[in-house]
Amino acid sequence: MTINDIINPDNLVYTKTKVMNDVPMHYCPGCSHGVVHKLIAEIIEEMDIQNKTIGIAPVGCAVFAYKYLDIDWQQAAHGRAPALATAVKRLLPDRLVFTYQGDGDLAAIGTAETIHAANRGENIAIIFINNGIYGMTGGQMAPTTLVGMKSSTSPNGRTIPLNGNPLDITKLLAQLEGTCYVTRQSVHNVATVRRTKKAIQKAFENSMQNKGTSVVEIVSTCNSGWKLSPADSNDWMVKNMFPAYPIGDLKDL
Amino acid sequence: MNNLKNQHNEEVRLMKGNEAIAHAAIRSGCDGYFGYPITPQSEILETLMELEPWNTTGMVVLQAESEVASINMVYGAASCGKKSMTSSSSPGVSLMQEGISYLAGAELPCVIVNVMRGGPGLGTIQPSQADYYQTVKGGGHGDYKMITLAPASVQEMADHTVLAFDLAFKYLTPTMILADGVIGQMMEKVILPPFQPRLTEVEIREKCPWATLGKPANRKPNIITSLALLSEEMEEINLRLQCRYREIEKTEVFYEEFSCDDAEYLIIAFGTTARVCQKAVEMARTEGIKAGLLRPITLFPYPSRIIRELAEKIKGILTVEMNAGQMVDDVKLAVNGRVPVEFYGRMGGIVPSPDEVLEALKSKLIK
Amino acid sequence: MAKIKGAIVVNIERCKGCNLCVVACPSKVLSLNNEANSKGYNYSYMAFPDACVGCSACAYVCPDACITVYKVKL
Repeated sequence: MTINDIINPDNLVYTKTKVMNDVPMHYCPGCSHGVVHKLIAEIIEEMDIQNKTIGIAPVGCAVFAYKYLDIDWQQAAHGRAPALATAVKRLLPDRLVFTYQGDGDLAAIGTAETIHAANRGENIAIIFINNGIYGMTGGQMAPTTLVGMKSSTSPNGRTIPLNGNPLDITKLLAQLEGTCYVTRQSVHNVATVRRTKKAIQKAFENSMQNKGTSVVEIVSTCNSGWKLSPADSNDWMVKNMFPAYPIGDLKDL
Repeated sequence: MNNLKNQHNEEVRLMKGNEAIAHAAIRSGCDGYFGYPITPQSEILETLMELEPWNTTGMVVLQAESEVASINMVYGAASCGKKSMTSSSSPGVSLMQEGISYLAGAELPCVIVNVMRGGPGLGTIQPSQADYYQTVKGGGHGDYKMITLAPASVQEMADHTVLAFDLAFKYLTPTMILADGVIGQMMEKVILPPFQPRLTEVEIREKCPWATLGKPANRKPNIITSLALLSEEMEEINLRLQCRYREIEKTEVFYEEFSCDDAEYLIIAFGTTARVCQKAVEMARTEGIKAGLLRPITLFPYPSRIIRELAEKIKGILTVEMNAGQMVDDVKLAVNGRVPVEFYGRMGGIVPSPDEVLEALKSKLIK
Repeated sequence: MAKIKGAIVVNIERCKGCNLCVVACPSKVLSLNNEANSKGYNYSYMAFPDACVGCSACAYVCPDACITVYKVKL
C-alpha cells in the first residue's frame, strides 16, 4: 500500500476543524497560542455552537484571535475582556461567551475586571494563557514572570525587592465563590493537549449551562520571548514554570 | 426646545433630573445599563435598581466594579447591537475616556451621561461645566467626536435620553448627555416619554447586521474592533468617521433662541447656565438693554452657523459658563472676529447668579 | 494483530517549521525539510513514511493546524 493509497478521505483521522479558517496565524513558530486556538475551534465544532459563540479577544499577542476562528468576536481594550463578556452574557444568556487573555491582560491591567467578573459568577469561560512574559510588545516582564526570569524589563532577572512576587491569580480566582471550575493545564505534548481540550470543553459547557465562571489557565511557552527553541521552551516550562504554576484542577464544583 | 420634536404621553411626574434619565432609559427600550456610584448622579443607578426593569422590559442593570468596567460593559453590549448606556460624573467620566475612544473607533452606538461636577481632580460634588473640552474636543485618544446633548431641564434629561439613543444608532457613535449637578439633582415636572419595546433579536439582526450575536452559517463572522494596523486601512476608517461627523454637523444641530430677534447683545450659554442667563436677559430687557440668549442644545455638532448669522446683527457676545472659559473658544471660532466675544464664568461648583451675569454683560460689553 | 499504516499531509505553506511535530512523533517519522516554503520556513515532512502509524501526535501538538492525518488497518 502506497502513501497515496492511505491518503484517502475514507482514512481521514485528523484534520483542521472548519471553525478555524485558512488565514495563516501571526504567532511565532511553536507558539502555544496556536494549539489553544485550534482546541477552542475543535470544541466549538464538536459542540455545534458556532452560531451561539461570542469570543472576546484581548490586547496582547492574541489580539488577532478574531482573524482565525470563524465565530463572532469582540476585541476588547487591554484587560477589559471580562467586562465585555459580562455584558454580552447577561444580555444573551443562551450564548457561549468566552474571553481569551494573556497574563498581562488578565493578571496585570485587567485584574479588577477579572476578579470581579469571577466573583459575580458571570457565566463565562475565561481562557488564560500564562507564559510569564509580554510577547506582543517584545518580551517585557509580566505579573507571572518567575523570580530570576529574565525579560527586557528585568534584564538581570526578576527580583522580589524590585518587582514583587509572581502573581498566582488562578489560585486567587479559585477561592472566589463565583467560580465553578478553575484548572491549570498545558499543551506541550499529546497527553496535555488532550487534557486541555477536555478542560476547555468543560468550561464551555459550564458557560452554556450558566453554572458560573470557569477559568482555564494554560501554562504556555513564548519561545521568542524566552529566547529558546520551541522544543527547548517546552522543556524549560516543565522544569521552571510548573513548580510555580502546578498543573491540575484547583476547583471543580 | 422648539428645535426638538416632543412626543409625549400624558404621564406627568415630579422628579429629579437623574431619576428622569432612569425612567426615560427604560421607556426608550434600553437593553442594558452599567454604572458605578458617584455624586451627583448616583440616583440614575439607584432609580434603575429600585424600578427593577429586568422584571418588566428585561433590561439588564448592573453595578460595575468601576467606571472602567462600566464603559467596557457598554462596549460589550453595544457590540451586540443592544441599546446600552452608562452614567457618571466628571472623575468617573475621565476614567471612561479610553473606553469612549474604543467605542468611537469601533463605531458603536451607546449613550453616556456625564452629570458634571467641579474639578480638576476629585474636585467638588457641586455642579460644573468644566468637562466641555473633554467632551467635545475628544477626551480620549485619536480623532473622534461624540454627539453631545446639553439638557437644561428635567424634561430634557428625559427627552435627550430617547434622542441620544436614536442619534447613536443613526450615526453609530457614542453619544453624550452632558448635564451638570444642578440639572441632575433638581426636581421639576416632567412628561415621561412613551414606552418603546426593546428590539427583538430578529430586529437587531436586521437593523444592526454588524452585531455580534453569534454567526449563522450563512454569513461571515462579525468582528468588532478598533484595531487596524495597516496605515491605509486606519486612515480609511478615520476618513469614514470624519465624513460621518460632517454629516452630523449638517443635520443634527439643535439650539434654542430667546429674545434674539431684535437683540443687540447676545448671551451664549448651555445647560444650567442658560437658565440663569435667560433670567439675566429678562432683567436686562426691563432695563432697556436689548439682550438675547442663544442656548446650544447640541455641543457637538456646535450651532456655529446661527452664531455666525446672529453676529452679523449684534454688537457683542457674552459667553457664560461654569468653568474657566471653554465653550467660548467655539463661539470665537464661529464669530471669527466679527464682534467682540467676552466671557464670564464661575468655577469650583459655583452657579453664577442672574445679577452677576447682567453685571458682566454691562461691564464687559456695554461699558 | 492488525498492522496499522498511517500517513500525514503537511500544509507546506502554513507550516512554520517549529519542529514540535518532529519531537512529538513517537515513531520518528518526521523531519524538517531542507527545502523552505515561500516564507522561508523549513517545513515538516515524512522523512521515514513507512514508520507512520497515523497516531496523530504530530497533528495534536501542531500550533498551526497544518497536519492532516490518515490511517488504515491492514
